[in-house]
Amino acid sequence: MKRDLSVVLHLFLSSARLQKKRATLTIASLAWGTVTILMLLAFGEGLKRQMMSNEQAMGNNLAIMWPGETSKPYKGLPEGRPVRPKLEDIDYARERLPELDAIWGELTSWRTALTYGRKTVNGRVIGTRWDYGDARKHFPKARGRFINPNDEDEKRRVVFLGNEMAKDIFGPEDPLGKTVLINNSPFTVIGVMQRKRQSSTYGGPDATHAVIPQSTFKAVLGDKDNRLNVVVFRVRNADDMPAALKHFNEVMGPRLGFDPEDPRVWGLWDTVKGQKMSAKIMIGLELFFGVIGALTLIIGGVGVANIMYAVVKERTKEIGVKMALGARRGWITGPFILEGLIYTLVGGLFGALIAIVIVTGLSFLPIEGNDVLEFLGRPTLSWPIGIATIAILGTCGLLAGYFPARRAASINPASTLRYE
Amino acid sequence: MKTEVPVPENIIDMSGIRKVYDTGKVKVEALKGIDLAVEKGEFVAIVGPSGSGKSTLMNLVGCLDTPTDGRYRLGGEDVSKFTRDELADVRNRRVGFVFQGFNLLPQITAFENVEMPLLFGGVPPKKRRERVAELLSRVGLADRMDHKPTELSGGQMQRVAIARALAMQPDVILADEPTGNLDTSAGGDIMALFSELWQQGSTLVVITHDMTLARRAGRIVEIRDGRIVRDGEAAA
Repeated sequence: MKRDLSVVLHLFLSSARLQKKRATLTIASLAWGTVTILMLLAFGEGLKRQMMSNEQAMGNNLAIMWPGETSKPYKGLPEGRPVRPKLEDIDYARERLPELDAIWGELTSWRTALTYGRKTVNGRVIGTRWDYGDARKHFPKARGRFINPNDEDEKRRVVFLGNEMAKDIFGPEDPLGKTVLINNSPFTVIGVMQRKRQSSTYGGPDATHAVIPQSTFKAVLGDKDNRLNVVVFRVRNADDMPAALKHFNEVMGPRLGFDPEDPRVWGLWDTVKGQKMSAKIMIGLELFFGVIGALTLIIGGVGVANIMYAVVKERTKEIGVKMALGARRGWITGPFILEGLIYTLVGGLFGALIAIVIVTGLSFLPIEGNDVLEFLGRPTLSWPIGIATIAILGTCGLLAGYFPARRAASINPASTLRYE
Repeated sequence: MKTEVPVPENIIDMSGIRKVYDTGKVKVEALKGIDLAVEKGEFVAIVGPSGSGKSTLMNLVGCLDTPTDGRYRLGGEDVSKFTRDELADVRNRRVGFVFQGFNLLPQITAFENVEMPLLFGGVPPKKRRERVAELLSRVGLADRMDHKPTELSGGQMQRVAIARALAMQPDVILADEPTGNLDTSAGGDIMALFSELWQQGSTLVVITHDMTLARRAGRIVEIRDGRIVRDGEAAA
């Protein structure tokens, strides 16, 4: 076997020497194709991850429901009746829907004056429950915290600020522990949200609002109805969402007076569905990138095939001799296919190295504060990308060797061995 | 290994062989019905002017090409309807070629050139090495094993080619103008080598213009215009 290989290797090396210039150019074009496909896929992957993380910055597995009006009569109640859930209704639902990870209502005061010293900023103030913090990814900066059950029970006047709102009010000062006036009532700042890139919102970006306990909201900012602006719940697994929505309506329908089958009661935003959709879009985008990359690689493959055809032509006589000596088809085609594969793999290896260097280089660029990178994300190479590229390269190499090899095998030995 | 075929032991048995080259517009009938039988251990020279069909006959005898018509048994096997791979195997086991232009692979050594048919025949490496060494010393090139063909003289190249032809112990050695590219002295050496092989029991079919070589054969077959016009003792 070693000797077989050495003979084959011998033949390959001597032919590579003959075709040096062409071989170099072809390997370069394959390397270029590999760089192209890897970079396109890496950008696609980075974009996908960035979009997913931006989209999930609001929290995942959420159902966001704006109260609306009924569209079906229910137990003698006419259609077109507004549904107005209150905080007590949310507590009622929480007791009966243990499968939910969290459920809360949000009381919203849209343009509220927040004053610190001489500075007044108008902004959005949300009154809600403490478990909103984790579910909506309101993570506090160092030393701060989100509102907790005690704040709620004791109706404490504490506020958690979105990072941009905190900057608007306090500028360079550290807001923690300072007192801010909300509608002229003093609140202590207990936490400021960590910066996050958020691409989906309801009401507005989390960075520009302030959150206070719902009990305090009722006391300080509330009116007599305390209408909930929105009801939100979170399920533990994305797959549980449809069942949870159904169950929620079955529980709330009789209490609030609507038909659980009525589709118009809530303006519903199911983020699980939304994320599935954008995942599909991203897969489509990656496929598109992959196809463009593959087309570039195919051009390289055509180059290899071209060289191999030249080699076949050059060695017609040798092929004839081998046939006369009793070489079966495989002995004739094998070396050509191997040669095509070797060119392709060498080119692919160079390309992969270049792509890895570029991607590694890009990873040293700061993403924070760079608008383009914040949107595009960081080009990322992953195993599936590697495997896909190897598969495409391998197919290219095989085909580039196969067709010339087939021509070699179809040579008629009788005509090549005639006198020179 | 080889199945012994009972009497008469014809290595080559051709009857009614026709070969038509169809070039699209023109059909050329190169062989117009050849009957040829070669017994084991015979030394046959095939002579004739250029264009007489000698080379075509050689290609058919060597299974490099298939006849348009007729029946051909080589070593008892009917090869007229064989596939390409089957023909490759037949060439490997039964035929050893020696060409006018030597047709050695230029980029590998004499040793590797002789090894080639053994490689195709699936002979294990150790046996191959022994066999190649034995063959190269038999043709007097034991000290030239690692030379490339370009480092050898014409006569030496042809001896490498003969060693290669003998590698698989073929039923027949088929030589096409083996002395055509050699000077008189080297040609004489090769002729002597052929005679020696014949005495050792090999079956030889040689196509040649060279009457000195033809006269060394036991039998001369003359072809003209695609037909055998004379077949008899060399002395005649």
